[in-house]
Amino acid sequence: MNKVLMSGNNIIGEAAIRAGCRFYAGYPITPQNELTEYMAEHMRNAEDGVFIQSESEIAAINMVAGASAAGARVMTSSSSPGISLKQEGISSMAACELPGIIVNIMRGGPGLGNIRPSQGDYFQATRGGGHGDYRTIVFAPATCQELADLTMDAFDLADKYRTPVMILADGMMGQMMEPVIFKKPKKRIYSDDFILKGAGNGKSKFIRGLLLDVIDEEEHNWKLARKYSVITKNEIRREEHQIEDAQLVIVAYGTAARIAKGAIKRLRENGMKVGLFRPITLWPFPELQLRALAANVKNFLVFEMSTGQMLDDVRLSLQGYAHIDFHGRPGGAVPTPAELANVVARLYEKVD
Amino acid sequence: MIIKTIFSGFGGQGVLMMGISLAHSAMNKGYHVTYLPAYGAEMRGGIANCTVAVADEEIASPVASEPDYLIAMNAPSLFTFQNKITSGGTIFLNSSIVKDRPNRPDVKVCTVPCVDIAQDLGNPRVANIIMMGVFIKKSGIVPDDIYLKSLETIMGSKKKGVAEINRKAFAAGFDYLKD
Repeated sequence: MNKVLMSGNNIIGEAAIRAGCRFYAGYPITPQNELTEYMAEHMRNAEDGVFIQSESEIAAINMVAGASAAGARVMTSSSSPGISLKQEGISSMAACELPGIIVNIMRGGPGLGNIRPSQGDYFQATRGGGHGDYRTIVFAPATCQELADLTMDAFDLADKYRTPVMILADGMMGQMMEPVIFKKPKKRIYSDDFILKGAGNGKSKFIRGLLLDVIDEEEHNWKLARKYSVITKNEIRREEHQIEDAQLVIVAYGTAARIAKGAIKRLRENGMKVGLFRPITLWPFPELQLRALAANVKNFLVFEMSTGQMLDDVRLSLQGYAHIDFHGRPGGAVPTPAELANVVARLYEKVD
Repeated sequence: MIIKTIFSGFGGQGVLMMGISLAHSAMNKGYHVTYLPAYGAEMRGGIANCTVAVADEEIASPVASEPDYLIAMNAPSLFTFQNKITSGGTIFLNSSIVKDRPNRPDVKVCTVPCVDIAQDLGNPRVANIIMMGVFIKKSGIVPDDIYLKSLETIMGSKKKGVAEINRKAFAAGFDYLKD
């Protein structure tokens, strides 16, 4: 397989089509327009491929839910404000147990914010986002290669657990170009039992998110909760970088983690033993894996392009086990590795 | 080895294309590369820039704290980025339209009247490729034949004659510097 130079947005589109995505609906918004554009151009060449530029984000997510119920591999994408609009639909897909991929190329917020890279949607992504007791699996890729691999994996996990999966990246990941090699996608495994395609003479089946009977709804909630605990047990992913001898560990994901790696290189050149813990799944969060690090490391710095959201999860993992500091740049500001290295160096002086 | 380069100029000067062509050719040479454009509500005549990192190891950050090279195709680019360049780095200046010079004694300056050369070639639009000729020779990041092949791949099957004028422009830039 050849190495190609592509932008993050285009990579997501190509990986999705290769993974068998045959229904995409979306509405344009910077900085993810290239993904919608890519799907418009390439979905028509895919067998049975459907591309729809919907009249709104809300329409897009509901079209995607419908196509998913009808058995297609589906995807929609947007950026922060657009993802907010999709939340009712995502909640509904979680309730109806419909697989589907939602791509969020984050921008500065809240409100319409700006179009610069940011990580302010962490809470929305990892806490469900919409109403009701549900979670979505959240992938946070940090390289273009990972964008390709995780997009393909996202489709498999969505089918396996019959749940929406979110790919959470930011404007920088979407716009950046890197060489990428597309892996061979796995064959789709998805039972006909969950597909609505006309009962014929058989028993009718239906998919619904409205359960007026209290006991039915309670049992449905517990069923989803059991599913989420299985996901939490089996699907956690994270990367540990130069932690063997680390005195201080930076916790960061996505673009922030890349900046952190650059900072770590600078710090190590100056003799400071700093490592990185990078959650790849933001939900389920690698809580126990992070806590295990605290056996040897007593100082952690959470670095986010927000005012501190993943910080909560890190606290749940480490509070009482280690000291936690925070550095954030919200609103679309992307710090350089040199800036972060300065912040870490000041903290490192206090490490004994 | 890691080399970071910022290409900057007016929108329409082909600044992003310069970055993509370097990234593509460095990839073909076998290096790790990242290409990061400044995107947004830009317009023709506005400022455009991109950062290209080339390395023989995994590239951590595509953002440049202290780039090694700056290609400034207009004056605002020079003012914006000259203080970021690492000490000992090189600034390539489009001296056809930039009359100012960097205020730092610790960086090298390479002035190229690339718009004038392009006009002599009969096509002012190839000023960026002329600059790339100078840059590829001076930086030595990729050999000229690999670069030219990438350039053709990127330009694709656009109008005939484009490849020809680009090759000519690149050669003009490449030969502009006497070693």
